[in-house]
Amino acid sequence: MTALDRWADRVAEHPPPGPFRRGFWRSPLRGPWFTAVLSVALLPGITLMFLTGLASYAAYNPNLAPGNDTTPDKGLLGSWLPGWPAGPSWLYWVNQGVHVTLGLVLIPIVLAKLWSVLPKLFEWPPARSITHLIERASLLLLVGGAVFELVTGVMNIQYYYAWPFGFYQAHYYGAWVFIAAFVVHVAFRLRIMVGALRGRSLRAELRTPVSQTVAEQPDPDHLVSADPAPATISRRGALGMVAAGSLTLFGLSVGQAIGGATRSTALLAPRGQNMGTGPADFQVNKTAADAGIAPVGDGWRLELKGPAATSLSRDQLLALTQHTARLPIACVEGWSTGVQTWTGVRLADLAAMVGAAPDTNLFVESLQRGPGFGSATLSAGQVQAPDALLALRVNGADLTADHGFPARIVVPALPGVQNTKWVTRLTFLPATV
Amino acid sequence: MTRREGVQLLALLASFVVAGYAGVRLLTGSVIGTGTWFVGSAVVHDLVLFPLYAGIDAALVVLLHRRPGLATVAGVRWLNYLRVPAMVAGLLLLVWSPLILRVSEGTYHAASGLSAQPFLGRWIAVTAVLFAISAATLAARVATRRGSQRVGP
Repeated sequence: MTALDRWADRVAEHPPPGPFRRGFWRSPLRGPWFTAVLSVALLPGITLMFLTGLASYAAYNPNLAPGNDTTPDKGLLGSWLPGWPAGPSWLYWVNQGVHVTLGLVLIPIVLAKLWSVLPKLFEWPPARSITHLIERASLLLLVGGAVFELVTGVMNIQYYYAWPFGFYQAHYYGAWVFIAAFVVHVAFRLRIMVGALRGRSLRAELRTPVSQTVAEQPDPDHLVSADPAPATISRRGALGMVAAGSLTLFGLSVGQAIGGATRSTALLAPRGQNMGTGPADFQVNKTAADAGIAPVGDGWRLELKGPAATSLSRDQLLALTQHTARLPIACVEGWSTGVQTWTGVRLADLAAMVGAAPDTNLFVESLQRGPGFGSATLSAGQVQAPDALLALRVNGADLTADHGFPARIVVPALPGVQNTKWVTRLTFLPATV
Repeated sequence: MTRREGVQLLALLASFVVAGYAGVRLLTGSVIGTGTWFVGSAVVHDLVLFPLYAGIDAALVVLLHRRPGLATVAGVRWLNYLRVPAMVAGLLLLVWSPLILRVSEGTYHAASGLSAQPFLGRWIAVTAVLFAISAATLAARVATRRGSQRVGP
């Protein structure tokens, strides 16, 4: 045995005081079974979060045109994604409602899971071997990634941009860092989780009161306290508390995703406030004032570019064949306008008017000033969708300034922010450009 | 090194390759700023949020242990009737604090045209309802217990 080994042994046998000593952690609830119950909820939950997140990323059609791509350096992390379809109309609505609402629901479960394994953060010695050290570094990516994704998501839906990075890049690349660590974590721990779940009966556990709640059998990972205190809450009670947190978050936010009469139940969600009962009284993404839109008068003309370029006044647009579509607009932030009745000119009709072929993409430009989504490129499939409109009216009235007067894009299943408002120019481009 | 350890090491290295590929892109722009947020959010949880809630809870448990007379009302332990609504109300405050405390009022109004003014009142009202439900449940427990004691063995 070398001097270094002897020194390492000495360090290992003498943990610093406080949380590094096993006697510090005294809750009788911590143990493999309790952790496994939380994990069995997180495993499908996190998988669904990743898949809906990836779908939302694809929904922006980042590979269609540089302007759609908030992450031009994505490389292998998204260049393979397929284009996004123009329907069914609820596709993006459901995807983002699930992504954001589920993310909120998972917060108490993640917090409980971190509570259940926190003694491992202080395990002593900090590293037993090189493999152990590498595994702990991976856990930093796992825990850091999970908390980072939840924090950036929760702050973003409340418009609290207190960070030095762009949300889209951070949330997307952060998700890949997290999922890389998550996959190996699941691969290493799945057997432990299944074994722990089999070790105790859920039904029996849910019938055990505080007075009979005792620590689990000592486990090789030392999650079980070496010196458990008497229980002050049963496992049933603790899991019930986590469930109460998740259900409350769900109940007080799901209404902003569904919209309509349920919106007023979303008491604490950003978009749980009712706007009124008029035709234009539904949620707005960016106000005209914020976008720097001056009042648009009779001089406004829509510029149409294509093989036979032209321009049209609003009256001329209203004189064309009008089409009505009942569509929701759903935001990446997990709220929706609910279904509204939009009236205007089909984008396919405008494409035909300028002699653009049916396989032509559409570049839409707004009067909007300042950064962020003043333009978007729509795919040929989206342009040709029967319900894809340049909308002039909503719910039987002219658009209001906040909803995009004089004209806005409405396309089924398109992420909210790409339904460009205050449209000034439509450029039909061959798909190869 | 065992075969199992070897496989684990390989899987970890593969995971680091993917995480590194994404991490380089994550850190583009502001290495220190983004890195601080990534590591910092976990550190704030582990060294601030956890000690805060666990510390408050432990203090309460110790107090009730030392003063057992305080711990029960008509023989029913009330600790968890405080813990559950306090935890849920605290969770709601943690999640919705930017709107409740109106720190993102300006950007919220610019985006939505709405005011963040209602959220504090709504959170207080939800908190009051949570505590009221818990208190009513406790009262029902106490009443049931008294009822069963009166019937007697």
